[in-house]
Amino acid sequence: MPNGKVVVDRERCKGCGLCVGVCPFGVLELSATYNSSGYPVVAVAHPEKCTGCALCALTCPDVALEVYRERAVAGPKVGSSAESPTEHR
Amino acid sequence: MADRQLMTGNEAMAEGAIRAGCRAYFGYPITPQNEILEYMAVHLPKVGGAFLQAESEVAAINMCYGAAAAGVRTMTSSSSPGVSLKMEGISYLAGADLPCVILNVARGGPGLGNIAPAQGDYFQATKGGGHGDYRLIVLAPSTAQEAAELAGLAFDLSDQYRVPALILADGMLGQMMEPVALPAQRDPASLPPKPWALTGAKGREPNYIASFALDPTVLRDLNLRRQARYREIEAREVRWEETATEDAEVLLVAYGTMGRIAKTVVRRGRDEGVKVGLLRPITLWPFPYAPLRALAERVRAVLTVELSAGQMWEDVRLAVEGRCPTPFYGEMGGVVPTPSEILREVKRHA
Amino acid sequence: MPEAGTVTKVFARPRSLTDKHFTYCPGCDHGLLTRIIAGAIDKLGVQERTVIIAPVGCAVFAYEWFRCDGIQAAHGRAVAVATGLKRANPHLIVISYQGDGDLAAIGTAETVHAANRGEAVTVIFVNNQIYGMTGGQMAPTTLAGQRATSCPEGRDVRTMGYPLPVAEMIATLAAPAYVTRQSLHDPRHVAQATKAVEKALRYQVEGVGYSLVEVLATCPTGWKMPPAVAHQHVADVATGTFPLGDLVDRG
Ligand SMILES: Cc1ncc(C[n+]2csc(CCOP(=O)(O)OP(=O)(O)O)c2C)c(N)n1
Ligand code: SF4
Ligand code: SF4
Ligand code: SF4
Ligand SMILES: [Mg+2]
Repeated sequence: MPNGKVVVDRERCKGCGLCVGVCPFGVLELSATYNSSGYPVVAVAHPEKCTGCALCALTCPDVALEVYRERAVAGPKVGSSAESPTEHR
Repeated sequence: MADRQLMTGNEAMAEGAIRAGCRAYFGYPITPQNEILEYMAVHLPKVGGAFLQAESEVAAINMCYGAAAAGVRTMTSSSSPGVSLKMEGISYLAGADLPCVILNVARGGPGLGNIAPAQGDYFQATKGGGHGDYRLIVLAPSTAQEAAELAGLAFDLSDQYRVPALILADGMLGQMMEPVALPAQRDPASLPPKPWALTGAKGREPNYIASFALDPTVLRDLNLRRQARYREIEAREVRWEETATEDAEVLLVAYGTMGRIAKTVVRRGRDEGVKVGLLRPITLWPFPYAPLRALAERVRAVLTVELSAGQMWEDVRLAVEGRCPTPFYGEMGGVVPTPSEILREVKRHA
Repeated sequence: MPEAGTVTKVFARPRSLTDKHFTYCPGCDHGLLTRIIAGAIDKLGVQERTVIIAPVGCAVFAYEWFRCDGIQAAHGRAVAVATGLKRANPHLIVISYQGDGDLAAIGTAETVHAANRGEAVTVIFVNNQIYGMTGGQMAPTTLAGQRATSCPEGRDVRTMGYPLPVAEMIATLAAPAYVTRQSLHDPRHVAQATKAVEKALRYQVEGVGYSLVEVLATCPTGWKMPPAVAHQHVADVATGTFPLGDLVDRG
């Protein structure tokens, strides 16, 4: 199982929760912590479950998420991240 | 060797613009300026320029806004009702500090009015017209020759100060056929560079063009800087012509077509021994307040003659400030007074 | 080929975005679409040729979010400004980003005529069925029965007209190269919309011609719905009035 890692830019996050809803593995949760703009910030509650599929980042309206993947083999496993126009390999 | 051609005032402005390096024109048909649109349709593509008949005057002025932002010398032309439609776009051009030339071959108004010569758009041209604290450089030719020259000057001043320039003409000037010694062709590539233009952020930070600033102090400062440029224009760019003013007892003030007729009045008046002179503003903004004030010190009366209810008259009175009487003689609705009528009026104040 | 255990970035911020924070409300699709456009600019490698035109509307700051030249246009006139830019300098890649009030009400004439001339520009049309910026008034695209601050009892089509089918109207014209309607309500549709924006931009780069990408978007604030509920509303309701898919593709 490839290991993913999602990084939240706390200052960009507006706590809209869209990423929470699209993550297939329940990695993200809305937290009770706030950023300097007063928005609640999403928390990576279960980092060990992250596959690095990047669905959350594809959905985030504020480009607050970056996704990394630790790979044993080359190439992404999930189609939608391959469709990300900003994927850098 | 000067290139001499017989052309109308409208054609002279169009050719003058092309020779000044205008390479993007957007317009919409309206009488009495259709010849400008048609001239551009024929001649602008020949020099590699972009010509487009827009779907409206609103679209045309906003196309100019885009072309001006691209750094290209751009122009639109219209007549009074169409110029009213352009006002929001002109305000945006002013607010974004974009150079652009607008020709208003004015007609009788208000409303649909008629297509006869009139000067009822003076307030609109010189006092705003659109919203916000802005000024336009306003030039008023009185012959086809001057029309060709002022078209070039309008582009130069507009680029230099990043202030839109408007040429205020009328149907009589637009339609009148005269020999014109045309100015030389200028290569757009030889014009001063515009580092602010939207040419693609290659090897530099992005350029942004907007009239928008949410922060009041930022918007105020943008306005203050613009006002400073306006003061500079007032100090350096006032243009006017004097005829027989040395010993004048009655001073006529008239511009454009009326300025031309007023010259005939001066000639005839002098023939009859009437000491009449003329100050003809060439720049309506900046208005020649100082030269007019100086003349007001030594004449008996300053008689403003306009094809309006008395619009420039307000600037004349601001200049004269009670130094002498400031009578007014005007016609409206496209009626043009004859030299004899005006001379009769001059004699009443002599 | 990376070694086993190499950490790679699979989603990064597009290079064509500046570092500025978007001014949109939480969960607003304007932000998502902005990111998609920036990604398409990156992918086509045209950041150094692109000019972004921001409308009047919630996207009024759009010109500051791209690491590209940008300009702010009068309400409804963005595509006329695009026309001026592109005609003056055909080398530029010109993107006109407009809301539904901007493009389909006050700017209808400019919209239709730019499309009809086949101006070689890319129009991104954000159909959020409301006037977001001015506080949630009825838009030309507001759904039948939908409440807005200026139709508090819901849009009555008998007196207020029907939601304007912009993509269908533009698709009747001969000149457009690409007309499509997309949505952003789930990752699959985000991926499709991304491809549509890329295609529209590619058609401009390749000189194919005018494109209109209508995007069904949310306005969680104006609709008074949480962002996820708003996405569900697009899927369940808005797509009923505004069917998704390509209408014209002359590429
Ligand atoms: C000439 C003019 N009329 C009206 C306005 C006010 N105004 C600003 S934004 C807007 C509507 C924007 O709605 P839309 O285009 O749908 O964009 P959104 O905010 O929904 O993205 C209006 C009417 C204006 N700025 N200029
Ligand atoms: S990358 Fe995929 S698994 Fe990881 S948090 Fe995002 S959506 Fe969830
Ligand atoms: S989608 Fe983006 S802004 Fe919304 S909660 Fe997730 S990280 Fe924050
Ligand atoms: S008002 Fe609506 S469209 Fe505007 S930023 Fe907020 S959610 Fe987005
Ligand atoms: Mg809207």
